[in-house]
Amino acid sequence: MICIVDYGVGNLFSLVSSISSLGFEVRVSSSKEDIEQASKIILPGVGAFEDAINKLKINNLDQIIIEQAKKGVPLLGICLGMQLLFERSFEFGCHQGLGLIKGDIVPIQDYVKNVKIPHIGWNKLKIIKNSPLFKYIKTGDYVYFVHSYFASTEEKYISSLTDYEIELTASCEYKNVFGCQFHPEKSGEVGLKILKAFLEM
Amino acid sequence: MITKRIIPCLDVKNGRVVKGTNFKDLHDVSSPIDLASYYSSIGADELVFYDISASYEGRKIFTDILKKTAENVFIPLTVGGGINTLEDFSLVLSSGADKVSVNSGAIKDPTLIKKAASLYGSQCVVLSVDVKKVDNEYHVFSMGGRVDTKKEALSWIKYCVEQGAGEVVVNSIDTDGVKKGFDIELLKKVCKIISVPVIASGGAGCEEDFITLFKEIPSLDAALAASIFHFKEVNIKSLKQNMKENNIPTRI
Repeated sequence: MICIVDYGVGNLFSLVSSISSLGFEVRVSSSKEDIEQASKIILPGVGAFEDAINKLKINNLDQIIIEQAKKGVPLLGICLGMQLLFERSFEFGCHQGLGLIKGDIVPIQDYVKNVKIPHIGWNKLKIIKNSPLFKYIKTGDYVYFVHSYFASTEEKYISSLTDYEIELTASCEYKNVFGCQFHPEKSGEVGLKILKAFLEM
Repeated sequence: MITKRIIPCLDVKNGRVVKGTNFKDLHDVSSPIDLASYYSSIGADELVFYDISASYEGRKIFTDILKKTAENVFIPLTVGGGINTLEDFSLVLSSGADKVSVNSGAIKDPTLIKKAASLYGSQCVVLSVDVKKVDNEYHVFSMGGRVDTKKEALSWIKYCVEQGAGEVVVNSIDTDGVKKGFDIELLKKVCKIISVPVIASGGAGCEEDFITLFKEIPSLDAALAASIFHFKEVNIKSLKQNMKENNIPTRI
């Protein structure tokens, strides 16, 4: 069973629909048992980092997710869910994340001059790591982004980049922990192929 | 680099897609679910569903249709029409919308955008504004373009962005339905005063109108149109090819 962690952040309609359309059984849940029994865990999220991490902590969901990830259960963070996987975020202060991948979440606007913030729309992926997540897609494929912060980390944790005046981390990976800054559930056929690859792991 | 978005708009009344000229004389075009899938398959970057039903029953059919569409179409979906309260936001978001566009609702309640943005995030809140030139000044019109609110359009747009609107759809009543091109003069002014994405609407008649728009205003992010797509006067696939040949960043 695939579990989408429900912690009251963001709209899960498209994510649930896209996974169902791929023929997988999916459960949206905030219960400890469901997350522990899941063969794959998806951590979604939109909004502010601090609010999200605080909500995850309410029922110790943060600890349960960390434990399952350390046991080797494939975990996919999407958008803010990806940012939560890192050590720290500098969105409105400095906040601790789950610390599953080394690195910080930093504002795009500190690194660019001539582009709009947020980074909204379709942009190209440049795949730099042979990731199982990308077995059905290729460099140059387009995905849909909506974000104002990005993950600043060592290259060994980055699986793809996207060009927005500078090269932003589009996806990251460490062992069984995966993250997409973009929304695969909103990225048409390409996005469905990425989800399919994750669900087949 | 981020691509320029092409967005078909589906005006939905009692479960069917309709489109009139200058907002009058509506007539039926097709099924929203079929059209949405079709547009997604030929390369539309996003879809707008506009609910123009006036009744409770129409609203119910609309949210049912929206759910069915969102279950099958996996590109961003914006919903507008009759969004006046946070409850309206909640209803369409739980039916599959990714973004919600507010127009008259923001005029009736100037705190709506701020409340919605703090609850759902700015990325979710789109300001849609109907603008018409009156005595050499741009005015905001409400009620589907029928009522002159006497508000000056550029300051209204700026105010709404400061309140938290994450994108702005600028619909020019002067060019809408005329098919002689977008309102470049107005759109240039809007792009100058705000830094969030601006979506042009109203006036497209042929592929060249889109090319002119993006060349004249490089900072513009997207273009929205309805009838010319529904009646296949402009084919999205061919338009995007044309954009690419003109060095306009496009997702193909």
